[in-house]
Amino acid sequence: MKILVCISHVPDTTSKINFINDDSQFDTNGVQYVINPNDEFGLTRAIWFQEQQGATVTVINVGGPETEPTLRKALAIGANEAIRVNATPTDGFFVAKQLAEVIKNGSYDIIIAGKESLDYNGGMVPGMLAGIVGYNFVNSCTGLTVDGTNATAIREIDGGKETLTTSLPLIIGSQKGLVEEKDLRIPNMRGIMTARTKVLTVLEPIEAGQTTKAVKFEKPAPKSAVKLVAADNLDELINLLHNEAKVI
Amino acid sequence: MSIVLYAEFAEGKFKKVALELASYAKKIAESLGTTVTAVTINAGDVSELSKYGVDKVLQVTNDKLAGFTAKAYADVIKQAAEKENAQLVLLSSTTDSMYLSGLVALALNAGFASNVTGLPVSIAPFQVKRTAFSNKAFTITEISTPIKVLGLAKNSYGIFENASTLTQEAFNPSLADADFGVKVTGIEKASGKVSIADADIVVSAGRGLKSPDNWGMIEELASVLGAATACSKPVSDLGWRPHGEHVGQTGKPVATNLYIAIGISGAIQHIAGINSSKIKVVINSDPEAPFFKVADYGVVGDAFEIVPELIQKLKAFKAQHA
Repeated sequence: MKILVCISHVPDTTSKINFINDDSQFDTNGVQYVINPNDEFGLTRAIWFQEQQGATVTVINVGGPETEPTLRKALAIGANEAIRVNATPTDGFFVAKQLAEVIKNGSYDIIIAGKESLDYNGGMVPGMLAGIVGYNFVNSCTGLTVDGTNATAIREIDGGKETLTTSLPLIIGSQKGLVEEKDLRIPNMRGIMTARTKVLTVLEPIEAGQTTKAVKFEKPAPKSAVKLVAADNLDELINLLHNEAKVI
Repeated sequence: MSIVLYAEFAEGKFKKVALELASYAKKIAESLGTTVTAVTINAGDVSELSKYGVDKVLQVTNDKLAGFTAKAYADVIKQAAEKENAQLVLLSSTTDSMYLSGLVALALNAGFASNVTGLPVSIAPFQVKRTAFSNKAFTITEISTPIKVLGLAKNSYGIFENASTLTQEAFNPSLADADFGVKVTGIEKASGKVSIADADIVVSAGRGLKSPDNWGMIEELASVLGAATACSKPVSDLGWRPHGEHVGQTGKPVATNLYIAIGISGAIQHIAGINSSKIKVVINSDPEAPFFKVADYGVVGDAFEIVPELIQKLKAFKAQHA
């Protein structure tokens, strides 16, 4: 079983988000980068397939050389090898085209990509990948087991969950639930040492074009101060919610 | 050309997001001088859509589409968009629509913008405002392809009546076997409970509740308000509540009319996930809790005293305003 895990290199969830150059560019100054959390749940599930069912796990990122520490971290967690497509990602479509090219040449059984990245939140890469390569596709996936070429997946739906059966090759849009937070692995020293010598292949991008572009950024308007209501005056809270906010 | 939208239908009626999408589509159609076509899949009575400005319905009725199948549904929407020569295709932000969106956009060679928060900022070039960085910022995104696909963020535009004369047409798109490579074998839905995605009000609680045994009052408060229940990340990590209730940056996003946070201090990741909610009420014993900085209304005090009293007062209020 060959698994490809698509890794997005994103600002840590605690990052302060600021913009520069007349609000046209994200300010990377002082920002720590991590494996996109939705991808990390998928990576951990892939490592379980490696340990329990003998899968080989390749991680891939579309990005410049500055994203290699994030790929090395994935290798330290246990991935067998890494691929970096050497391009600055312009939009989700561009990324999906680059990934699809590697998938077409790689005969992977399972491709896992986070259902969305925590930076641009486009949420389109797994679906577009499925559209380009034509494989079966399960999004918002919170559970996956594989037996031969058959797969059983669980998908989150609004207000519950759905069990699905399908077959490999398969594309998964991963999220929390595929593994739990406590299952995520912190690389140990041995992992970090072996990651240094694992293969990281750099590929040049294919011509793909671009369909969307973030032309400007804005921060939310500052919030007016909170109206405090005394704990012994809850009638006032109900009054405010009913007459001022009009939400009850 | 016309604007094509996918009107989600479930449990005998159109979802609220479908009516919001219709209202939104009509407003854009009016400014462009065009019409709104809705695609429905196995919907019963579609006349309700005319109240919100839909001019034409392409009604698909097909037993093979009885359960949601992303590739097949995406194929239907793609063929409807082609038939109508649509330049703008509108989807909502439900889990199902997010599942479809990448497939639909790719099939139409269209650029896609998700989490769109309002009317286009500009038509030529085509620009929309959307949330990014998990609600910590907005981007103005330009779509350069001839066909554009938008995912409208829930509760971002509103539902507006705008009556139209509705034409109904049966539509039979051709479906391929490859559309049905994923089969649903079971659905588990919490019955009688409001889901976070559908809720107008969400009551959420955190570690301040001290134990999973104390959730009774949270559920009662939610039931009085017709609200969904949610929780903070530590609470779901501790296993006090199912992770489907975890809201925040790595959990579910919440964009509701009223969000009530009880015993949640307000970590940056939690705030990011709920910031699209219109009104935030925070109940916390710590006056320094960061959540108060982003709240509209706050009560400083002991949740174990405030919540039961609030329940009693809301019951009286509801009885009066029934």
